[in-house]
Amino acid sequence: MAIKVVRRRELTFWEKLYIPQILCGLQITFAHFFRNLFLHTAHHLGRLQLLPAAVTIQYPEELRPLMSRFRSRHRLTVREDNTPRCVGCMLCETVCPAKCITIVPGEHPDPNVEKYPVRFDINLGVCVYCGYCVEVCPEDAIRMDTGILDLAAYSREAMQLDIHELMDPTLRKPITECNLAFPHKCSVHGGAMRGSWGGVSSVQGSQGDGTIHKLQPLCKGR
Amino acid sequence: MMEVLVIKLVLAGIVMFAALNLAGFHTWAERKQSALIQDRIGANRADIFGFRFLGLFHGLADAIKMFTKEDIVPAKADRTIHALAPFFSVFFALVTFAAIPFGDRLILGDRIIELQVAKIDVGLLYIFAMMSLGVYGVILAGFASGSNYAFLGGLRATAQMISYEISIGIAILGVIMIYGTTDLGELVRAQGRMLGGWIPMWGIVTQPVAFFVFLAAALAETKRLPFDLPEGESEIIGYFVEYSGMKFGMFFLTDFLETIVVASLSATLFFGGWQVPYLLPDGFHFPWGGELPVPHLLYILIGVLSFSTKVLIFCFLFMQLRWTLPRFRYDQLMRLGWRGLFPIAVANVMVTAVVLALLREGF
Repeated sequence: MAIKVVRRRELTFWEKLYIPQILCGLQITFAHFFRNLFLHTAHHLGRLQLLPAAVTIQYPEELRPLMSRFRSRHRLTVREDNTPRCVGCMLCETVCPAKCITIVPGEHPDPNVEKYPVRFDINLGVCVYCGYCVEVCPEDAIRMDTGILDLAAYSREAMQLDIHELMDPTLRKPITECNLAFPHKCSVHGGAMRGSWGGVSSVQGSQGDGTIHKLQPLCKGR
Repeated sequence: MMEVLVIKLVLAGIVMFAALNLAGFHTWAERKQSALIQDRIGANRADIFGFRFLGLFHGLADAIKMFTKEDIVPAKADRTIHALAPFFSVFFALVTFAAIPFGDRLILGDRIIELQVAKIDVGLLYIFAMMSLGVYGVILAGFASGSNYAFLGGLRATAQMISYEISIGIAILGVIMIYGTTDLGELVRAQGRMLGGWIPMWGIVTQPVAFFVFLAAALAETKRLPFDLPEGESEIIGYFVEYSGMKFGMFFLTDFLETIVVASLSATLFFGGWQVPYLLPDGFHFPWGGELPVPHLLYILIGVLSFSTKVLIFCFLFMQLRWTLPRFRYDQLMRLGWRGLFPIAVANVMVTAVVLALLREGF
């Protein structure tokens, strides 16, 4: 067994004097101190903004730039008419190693589409952010490019994302009680939801008329 | 008699106000200065009605936090001594300021006021006695906590402070020999003389070696970073590990107060206290012949400002040193104290004595 002996360098006389070395250390800290003091002052006066005085990113106000491949919170992409691209093929639910996706497919009114997700839930408390669902989706219906990474909640229920939040990343509060018909008028947001089901009222005449899917909470047994 | 009492109370109030506020200010300076040194921004979130003032309110927030925190006394602790120890610590740090002169004699009407809370003939001895007594707070804290970690921290503190106390004492012997007084007011006045007509005879000029020994040893007295073995918050657990709430805050306050004491002492002993070069009681007398008369009150004010500036510069320097140097290992600390500073201090005294004797003989 080869042993490599690493000897500490012998200190020179100059270094052993200690005080010169203290002064060298002080030189470094003073240089940083006065440079940053000058830059901070200049920034307050609106000058030299390009020279950063600190490496700090003041988090809630400033966000760290993300890599384009960074996997953040999921979203469901939408068609031009604001319906989800998802066709309810269940591939993502099947491939999910954490089993955090719950899809309830329903029959789409358009005969060319076959199925649509009546319900699409992701339990973020369970999700491992592996991105398999994105990889496996044949329709480019689910992506992880919202850039949302401050996911925290006070309860497990609040970590459940339903289809509304998945389609509209600006919605942060989980909507627990919502009657999902399709096409659908959301009772929670007065029917107007961005990136949601707003534009599809012409597909079927009887939208929001109380056709209610009584859904059993499918993930209860997990 | 009543007037004297009032004057003394006012002086004491001013000194207490300045010292405690400067100590509070230290918490801000420590955060911000370290942040600047380390390319960070530093605490800037505490605000009052949206005003942040560069994080100045964090000291206030700290105080509120400390006062409202639960005060936990360990079951094994000696309750009385455990409660007394932080008070000892702060008390001895605060009374030290009494003997430090922060200005020249103020003449108001026919009354002469020494700008010094207590004019003590042996002021220097008083200060070092009080600083030495300060170690009792630390020892008692370690002893009364009923915790082995705190006990060992207290032991380290004791050994360190006693060894460095000796170096300080011997280092300032040289100063006392040169100026021939232990009265701090007189000592500062003596530093106003000129050497060769144009160099102010400050301690740093006459006793440079003593200054460096004093600086190193006094830094060790303050228990701050290059010498923070008694505390070592994050790794080797110090004497106040069993303290919480404001009792802990008082130890923290003591640290900052001692830094200010040491800064004041450095200014007083080695940088001429309230002296300003070429400023005599009646005005500036420049060695190149110019003269600039200064009224009495302005002269006193300049003196106080000069002293404050010196103290602030030293506080700044200590803070800078604290964020520059890594901590000593314990054996290195002891070696530096006993085999480095102590012999240098003794040699300095010897050389000073010989030179003084030769000068007196007229060489």
